[in-house]
Amino acid sequence: MAHHRLSLRQYLILATVAICAPLGDTCLSRGMTHVPAISLAHPAALVAVVFTPWVGLGIALLIGFFASYLTALSWADLTFVLPATAFGNVLVALFARFWLHETISIWRWAGIALITLGVGFVAQGPSRTEREPVQ
Amino acid sequence: MTAPWFATAIIAGVVVLSTTGEVLTAAAMKSIGDLDDIRAQSGLKGAIKAVVTCPLFFGGVGFLAMAFFALLFALNHLNLSLVAPACASLTLVTNAVAGKIFLKENVDRRRWTAAVFVCVGVYLLAH
Repeated sequence: MAHHRLSLRQYLILATVAICAPLGDTCLSRGMTHVPAISLAHPAALVAVVFTPWVGLGIALLIGFFASYLTALSWADLTFVLPATAFGNVLVALFARFWLHETISIWRWAGIALITLGVGFVAQGPSRTEREPVQ
Repeated sequence: MTAPWFATAIIAGVVVLSTTGEVLTAAAMKSIGDLDDIRAQSGLKGAIKAVVTCPLFFGGVGFLAMAFFALLFALNHLNLSLVAPACASLTLVTNAVAGKIFLKENVDRRRWTAAVFVCVGVYLLAH
């Protein structure tokens, strides 16, 4: 495997993937917990909630995530992009600790350390599998 | 209170749909090539055209859309603190396996270690 060095722009794209995905999921969760339980018998109700504010904002963030994710997949492997962008989970936890003053247990700090180590591991390696050109 | 088998089935559904969508999308983007290069040569329109004229891309988006509605359904019945880490952790592992088998990616020891660390880390973060 040759080592592809990522440019600053490519790191920014990975950061956008990492930030937009957990923020989008949080908005979706907030939106979905404020609507009555939806049963499998009425799947059309799932489409109606798409137009509520929190779910709408979550979808907008997830569209930003998807555009950057597609760009990242065009120059890096799936098995590189997914762990490398998991740092978003750490950002959300740190945001909750230092801005919302939530308590973070020892287990959560352990989780943060493991994710940071994992991201560090994968980011040190090549971003893409080299293939021999077809003769 | 949601039955454990129901919660497991919902989460498994999200993971399977999401992994299939991500593998198909990754295969599509690999076949298209570097979007930054395409945009430099033919502009944003050219890059969008390259993506939307790839049939594999629509297969991937179709599965990701199903995964999205399955996720909405899961969030409606289960807590975010269960759904988000469970889906994120399991999807990392299933994607590593699927990436190796279907996309022929070189999932070396470094990537396996990273996937396992992130997987356990996401689980701990939710508890």
